[in-house]
Amino acid sequence: MTMKTIDDININERLYQLNLGPQHPSTHGVLHFLLTLDGEVVVKAEMLIGYTHRGHEKMAENRIYEQFYPNSARMDYLSGMIFNTGYCEAVEKLCGIEVPKRARYIRVITSELNRVASHLLGVMDFVMGIGAYTPFLYGWDDREIILDLLETITGSRLTYNYSRFGGVRVDIDQTFCDSARRFIDRMRERFKLYNDLITGNIIFIKRTVGVGVISKDVALDYGVTGPTLRGSGVNYDVRKSEPYSSYEDFNFEIPTKEEGDCMARYLVRLAEIEQSLRIIEQAMNNLPDGPIRADVPCFITPPAGDCYHSFESARGAVGYYIVSDGTRIPYRLKVRAPSFSNLFVMSKIIPGHFVADLVAIFGSIDVTVPEIDR
Amino acid sequence: MNMTQLPIIKDIYGFLGPDLLVGVVGLLLVLIFVPLNSAFLVWVERKVAGHIQLRPGPMEVGPHGILQSLIDAVKLMCKEMITPDLADKPLFWMAPCIVVIPAIVCFVVIPFSPVMQIRELNVGILLIFAFSSISGLSIMMGGWASNNKYSLIGAVRAVAQSIAYEIPLLLSTMSVIIMSNSFKMSQIVSDQSTVWNFILQPVAAIIFIICSTAETNRAPFDLVEAESELVSGFHTEYTGMRDALFFMAEYTAMFIASSMAVVLFFGGWHGPFFSGIVWFVLKAYFLVFVTVWIRWTFPRLRFDQLMNFAWKVLIPISLLNLLVTAIVIKVL
Repeated sequence: MTMKTIDDININERLYQLNLGPQHPSTHGVLHFLLTLDGEVVVKAEMLIGYTHRGHEKMAENRIYEQFYPNSARMDYLSGMIFNTGYCEAVEKLCGIEVPKRARYIRVITSELNRVASHLLGVMDFVMGIGAYTPFLYGWDDREIILDLLETITGSRLTYNYSRFGGVRVDIDQTFCDSARRFIDRMRERFKLYNDLITGNIIFIKRTVGVGVISKDVALDYGVTGPTLRGSGVNYDVRKSEPYSSYEDFNFEIPTKEEGDCMARYLVRLAEIEQSLRIIEQAMNNLPDGPIRADVPCFITPPAGDCYHSFESARGAVGYYIVSDGTRIPYRLKVRAPSFSNLFVMSKIIPGHFVADLVAIFGSIDVTVPEIDR
Repeated sequence: MNMTQLPIIKDIYGFLGPDLLVGVVGLLLVLIFVPLNSAFLVWVERKVAGHIQLRPGPMEVGPHGILQSLIDAVKLMCKEMITPDLADKPLFWMAPCIVVIPAIVCFVVIPFSPVMQIRELNVGILLIFAFSSISGLSIMMGGWASNNKYSLIGAVRAVAQSIAYEIPLLLSTMSVIIMSNSFKMSQIVSDQSTVWNFILQPVAAIIFIICSTAETNRAPFDLVEAESELVSGFHTEYTGMRDALFFMAEYTAMFIASSMAVVLFFGGWHGPFFSGIVWFVLKAYFLVFVTVWIRWTFPRLRFDQLMNFAWKVLIPISLLNLLVTAIVIKVL
């Protein structure tokens, strides 16, 4: 496919603009693409963001640390548990709180369950963007089990408020572990179904192989992280490179693909689901006894200073940067959102692709808009 | 009592003659059948999709939701029909009216059974092809008149797609016509009393089914209304009953395409135990079921892949098939 840029074409010739979004079936959330099209070929793509800006970072500056728990999960509503846990870990790092091992294991289990749910949704949403509606609902059927499971311990289905400074709110019991094990067995069976229904489908292969190639260099230049980066052949995962919680205890692999196309990103996500299931299984088998929360006062007052905590959400490396001035209210809280970098690499790779490919690439990058806007 | 003995029928019969009477009655039957059939097919589509997707589908209105589409039709009739300010109003208004013409006219020549055919034409198949091309025109009109970029892209895709896929469709039909030596639909069906053309012409049959799926804009060739790209393509700006007319035309086109396939390849009314009409309708609905099944299983092709598939794969194969058929018929 030849790359055409805006400079190669006489502007009076035949270009027109198309507003894809903010209200559009495939720009889930409210993302706005301003496309310059030549027929159906995208010449230039601009991403306009900010439609769901709620000012979470500013909100943090006006409330005590404990009051920010619910906000953290509402940034990326698809990996809310991971964001929630990450926030607690950032504050624990700032205060130097030692978390009991059992709580750390429970955090790993719930975060990985959340990651599986998020990847299922991401993969299936991508497949739906390509036009296959049925696999989407099959994926949601599996995801539903995770939501039910997490609901038993957290009380909510999407925007969890489960982690606490120094531990977690509710302990997990044998029933939870049994249900999780049943889910793991079921999920492993389902991979065969997904391979038959999606991965082996000739139309799916035609639509994804070689489409939206993000080369290694471009990915690194744009600060792409997560499965999108690993689909471009870079072996980087915060869980391995800077282990937090207790990821250093578990034996798992970082799946990577060299191709960098939509298919590679899809396969990396599926492989990551498999790895997450392995982590959950190991964590449940070796779940230590003990308290689920350290002895932490009701309202914490971190010492003056700052801290940066990085963790791997379902979309990539998230960073929480917290500056404390020694009061009960954060002086500044900054979030590094992976979707932002992952989305804006599209402006580099989209030109020359069809509108239909744009939907596929957008789906394969798996962006949540509220996380970009915050 | 014999209906023809009624005085009024006698009068009309005497006044108009047998052909016109059959025509009028047939038209009335078609006008009743087309909306009911579309409503039924919408229900079938939703129900099959539901069961494929591990959910029950419509369940509320009537037993297993069978009346759901009728209720939906009532709702659509009650809705306001919005015309965009910048739309080309006459064209915008005409497009949904024109789209139902092929849906109704094509029924004229379909032989449901040896006797149930409104009009026997020597060029029955050509009539169906000619009139089903009108739907492309109305889609273009609707898409252009909406003055919406999604609609326009959908309309342009529709025209390119229908031109590309009509060629292999006709070529695969030609191989059947060469075998039967006739354009008459009843003649083609009569020739299949012992062996279905599907056995003799499997390649043509498969190409015909693929192309008729594309002609009726069904997945995986539904680029004209590709939801994830074009919102809903050429009928994005249509509301209420106008939108419903497009849907009605689509589902009727599906039924006509399946009927054509039944006539050409699946032995028409031939079958044991039941009368001709039962077999015909059963076969046609089975083929409709297959297209619904395909829709809810496969992803969508991209536009360039769609065109490549037609021009580089289907047309050469169907030409070759036509050539082989012609040689074999000549030699035998």
